[in-house]
Amino acid sequence: MSALSHVPGPTGGTPDVQATDPGTERRGITGYLLMLPGTVWLLLFFLVPLVTLVSSSLYDPSGSLATGYSMTGHVQNYADALSEYGSTFVRSFLYALTATIACLLLGFPLAYAIALKAGRWRNLMLVAVIAPFFTSFLLRTLSWKLLLGDDSWVVNALQALPLVPDDLRLLATPAAVITGLTYNFLPFMVLPLYASLERLDVRLVEAAADLYASPFTAFRLVTVPLAMPGIVAGTLLTFIPAAGDFINSELLGNPRTRMIGNDINDLFQASVLPTASALSVMLMVAIVALVAVYVRRSGTDELV
Amino acid sequence: MSAIRNWLGAHGVMLFGLLVLAYLCTPIVVVVLMSFNDPASRLGYDFDGFTLDNWTSICDPYQMCSSVGKSIQIGLMATGLATLLGSLMAFAMVRHHFRGRSTSNVLIFLPMASPEIVLGSSLLALFVNAGFAGQLGFWTIFIAHVMFCLSFVVITVKARLAGLDPRLEQAAADLYATEWQTFWRVTFPLVVPGIVAAALLSFSLSFDDFIITNLTSGQTVTFPMYVWGAAQRGVPMQVNVIGTIMFVLALSMVVGGSVLRRVREAPARG
Repeated sequence: MSALSHVPGPTGGTPDVQATDPGTERRGITGYLLMLPGTVWLLLFFLVPLVTLVSSSLYDPSGSLATGYSMTGHVQNYADALSEYGSTFVRSFLYALTATIACLLLGFPLAYAIALKAGRWRNLMLVAVIAPFFTSFLLRTLSWKLLLGDDSWVVNALQALPLVPDDLRLLATPAAVITGLTYNFLPFMVLPLYASLERLDVRLVEAAADLYASPFTAFRLVTVPLAMPGIVAGTLLTFIPAAGDFINSELLGNPRTRMIGNDINDLFQASVLPTASALSVMLMVAIVALVAVYVRRSGTDELV
Repeated sequence: MSAIRNWLGAHGVMLFGLLVLAYLCTPIVVVVLMSFNDPASRLGYDFDGFTLDNWTSICDPYQMCSSVGKSIQIGLMATGLATLLGSLMAFAMVRHHFRGRSTSNVLIFLPMASPEIVLGSSLLALFVNAGFAGQLGFWTIFIAHVMFCLSFVVITVKARLAGLDPRLEQAAADLYATEWQTFWRVTFPLVVPGIVAAALLSFSLSFDDFIITNLTSGQTVTFPMYVWGAAQRGVPMQVNVIGTIMFVLALSMVVGGSVLRRVREAPARG
């Protein structure tokens, strides 16, 4: 099952879709006919483009849109792209990782509060979690430009604190980019965590307490393992879009906080097809590899 | 001292959770506030004074309202097709037997697990290679949006279908309904809420998409692309009016929908 099926739909429907019992399944040609149009669309506009992307990454770099490209199996594109943009790759993954950890640290208590403490306020709090989706991603990110600006109340309040330098800047720093990434992808962490925690049987935690586990031990040995599917789904749903994002680094960062998405986007806009494709393929491969290793290590193979 | 500690032990998680919610909701407040902003300069992004001017002159910024129209048009069309194709797939996956189910699952899952920049750049690579580099625009955006909305429709409708009680359909069959009658009188009406939710989700995904649209749009300007362009040269405050209207509309739909559901379910509970 997909990691995303742990996100409760807007109807609050069943979070887990399992294979139906065979009694209600119908045989015959209808199933194929129903699958056909959507499958063709995904093949033509998702899978074929991915293959084209890989082949474009092997084009001779001397080509251009006007003169056309020739397929020379130029693997050197990858080495060139890596040597020029390798540090941006590392930076992107570091930012995305930091934002994911921040999302987990902020999102877990929130999801826990909604699932187990909110009572009749539960639905209201859930609406507040998805409320950011009700308005434009770009406008919300632009608001952080105002909130983190040099003369904003956030910065002024921080400067008033002891140990914080008076010339503290937030806008156009890595901190601003990470704040934006954390903010934008936090709901993707909270919703799957909530879906797991909501099904948590509180009696198991109570049983741990009865057996003399301290609250922390009970949390570590009972709550966290039971919430694991939500933690894995949430971290993936946060990390993947964060690693490819360039909106936050463009609007909140500076030229030294560029992420790999900025470069891929700019190179495509400038029609440098082979290098741009090579970078895009590397991003995809890196993410698929990370996801595979991570899912296997966390022992929740059934997620994907 | 211990009273404080007890209180924190009982309510600390909730308190922290509320602070995180405040973090999530502050930018919305800023968007609403900025829709009433009277900016001192075009380049700054600060709150300088209160005015209603932005609300009375929404369409003054050049091309802004036409970009909103373009986004709505693409959103409606992409949602229509994605909802149709996705719902058919969901029915097939829950109710029909066919070979290649797990492969189909992967094909549906992968677009959701790929970073948007990869989806957008591979589509652009395809369009360029197919000789459509000069024809990027409305239809290429439409193709891209249907593609990334499709998977979300499938999982949303699938969840609703899988949650249905199969006995309802068996009962209809026991009462001599044909398969066709059972579908239209029992199954379909029960799945409609899932389909509506899927359509709302895909409209909001399409309307708000920037990264993929930016790579496949050519000269066509959608609302997110307008905002992006404006961010480089000074943001007109009217974009926040659009943002506020979007927010109010979406919020009232969600709240209205849940009120409607409660009203409908109330008699059943007695």
